[in-house]
Amino acid sequence: MYRIRFHGRGGQGMKTASRILGSAFFLQGYEVQDAPRYGAERRGAPIFAYVRAARQPIQERGIILAPDLVIVADDSLLPMPAAGVLQGVTPRTTLLIHSSEAPETWRQRLNIAGSLLTLSAQAEPHFAGTALTGAAARLVGVIMRSALEQAVRQELAGLGEETLSANLAQALAAYDGMAAHAGQVSEGEASAAVACPRPDWVDLPLDEADAAAAAIHAGATSVEVRTGLWRTLRPVIDYARCKRCWWVCSEFCPDSAIKVSAENYPEIDYEHCKGCLICVAQCPSHAITPIPESSEVKP
Amino acid sequence: MTRALITGNAAAAWGARLAGAEYVPAFPITPQTEIIETLAGWIDAGEMDCRLVTLESEHSMLTAAGAAASTGVRVFSATSSQGLLYGMEMIYAAPGNRAPFVLVNVSRGIQTPVTLEPDHNDVLATRDSGFLQLHCATCQEVLDSTLIAYRLAEDHRVRLPALVNLDGFYLSFTREPVDIPARTEVEKFLPPFNPETTRFHAGEPVSQGVVVLGGAYYSYFRYEQHLAAQRALEVYAEVAAEFEQEFGRRYDAVETYRSEDAEIVFFMIGSFSTKAKDAVDRLREAGQAVGLVRPRLLRPYPAEALRRALAGKQGVVVIDQNLSMGMGGVLHGELAGALYGQPGMPPVLASFIGGLGGRDIAAEEFYEMVEVTRKACQEGVTPPPRLLYTADELRQMRKLQAVAHAERREDAA
Repeated sequence: MYRIRFHGRGGQGMKTASRILGSAFFLQGYEVQDAPRYGAERRGAPIFAYVRAARQPIQERGIILAPDLVIVADDSLLPMPAAGVLQGVTPRTTLLIHSSEAPETWRQRLNIAGSLLTLSAQAEPHFAGTALTGAAARLVGVIMRSALEQAVRQELAGLGEETLSANLAQALAAYDGMAAHAGQVSEGEASAAVACPRPDWVDLPLDEADAAAAAIHAGATSVEVRTGLWRTLRPVIDYARCKRCWWVCSEFCPDSAIKVSAENYPEIDYEHCKGCLICVAQCPSHAITPIPESSEVKP
Repeated sequence: MTRALITGNAAAAWGARLAGAEYVPAFPITPQTEIIETLAGWIDAGEMDCRLVTLESEHSMLTAAGAAASTGVRVFSATSSQGLLYGMEMIYAAPGNRAPFVLVNVSRGIQTPVTLEPDHNDVLATRDSGFLQLHCATCQEVLDSTLIAYRLAEDHRVRLPALVNLDGFYLSFTREPVDIPARTEVEKFLPPFNPETTRFHAGEPVSQGVVVLGGAYYSYFRYEQHLAAQRALEVYAEVAAEFEQEFGRRYDAVETYRSEDAEIVFFMIGSFSTKAKDAVDRLREAGQAVGLVRPRLLRPYPAEALRRALAGKQGVVVIDQNLSMGMGGVLHGELAGALYGQPGMPPVLASFIGGLGGRDIAAEEFYEMVEVTRKACQEGVTPPPRLLYTADELRQMRKLQAVAHAERREDAA
């Protein structure tokens, strides 16, 4: 069975990417299971998705613990323990990272013994998902170019011909670009029951009700969570155009991440701005513009 | 027929569409919303001839479902978790009207604390309501069970509403290959609803949900629901046989997997039972006689079929993805009730609580549960109930508590 995990941020198209790969396997005659996994939906938060493909009906479910291929759409997730990118990675796992840095750099940084490939970061990052899917389809070696194309058409139908053809071009280019590594990712074996380590079960103690209630005993704890890390686009205020109306952007900000100074200038709290860009839409004098988070221009 | 990759939610929507549901009262809740979105899309595009109405709560939604069913139209609705609980008064009220409809529940753990991921405490809260209950393990089963549920619910010997349950995330958002039959094929199995006396016409006034004081009248009506639900066992067998004839897929009230010659069997419901099948295969490879017994039908309770499936086994690994506080696993208690005092029943029913709030049940945990049960069989002592919880999980919990309580409190002081 092929076990493939996609890691990215909400909004980067990981669910769609996993569905394209799942459909490509399916069109190729495989039994398939694919699913995204996230909590309360939110743009920019780490999410993952997975694809299982096999010749026999699939009984496994849920999180993939022993991946054959791990795909990373956003290299800033690699050092983030909560994202769990490296969970279950062994020397037989292939890592495919969308990054502008060289594979050697990542191999050293992560101290990875297995195969590590990069797909050069796209000029337009929203194509990363489809490009990575194209690359993955070639890496498994059992998906024909035509099946990939059909899967992209199927999953992106309804987005309009322009978006579809742009994504298709990215997917096919990445597929062709991986020719040298075709078939490098192979199916993992089912692990035998005899070889399995025993679970380290514990008896839960009875704790005091105070400790066992699901409560947080402090105020303003959301300040501790730097939700600014979820942002993929950054709103930047052009103070030359700002009319100092003092309220529109700050009032509409759903995260109260825009404060207004004594001089009536709005200031964005980038530690907590999630990049929803409602302020961009609401500003009557068009003084706020979005720039990609990866861009060199910082306010 | 087409074979397509679809989610459990899409499979439920296809079930409603192919059944020719005419009225869908709706209210959104994660992880169910995709079902009513899908239906709304089809209705909007003119692909489905149906009236979808968004209500202001699940209580109203279920009231509308029950009332519409009483007028003789085919009704479908869907909910989950807190939504199911919010509509609970009407869940218990609807069956007494003896008007059939199908409700899909996408299982999600209930609060407190809040979660989005699945366990079966939501659906088991409806256990004693009079709703028939079908529990699914795959996306295919979701579509098929929805069709079967209509036949069962609408049968004149039964006429009770039916609930089809699927697990959030593990089925609701997971795509699997599903055979989607053509409407013409389905119509042979499930013709348009013949409401018989279930109708509401202006010239024929009816009062529903009447008051009966004096316990004897009340006992009659309640016990009639019970008898009808029990009758549904026999009707289910007929309907499942017809379904198999039409579509080639067999859905016994109790699924058995490699259990015929097994010494120890897993007993559970829901999507994690496919993981148990995988564990059975691995354990069989290692020479162990292990199988799976899974009730698809939980109401009516297929007690006789379970006794047949479990007769002569040494031990049963009962996995409850639910928890009745102060008692333990609901399935364990019910199974013990069905087997107690009957000849040839397994002497050991080992109780395990696992998968609460969508917690994974790992392969090695399935193996260990068999090991614990095997040892109990040898020693003739039933082990105490066990929560599937590892030392590492407890360490992480302590870390979380440190953040939520101790450290913050010191800060405050």
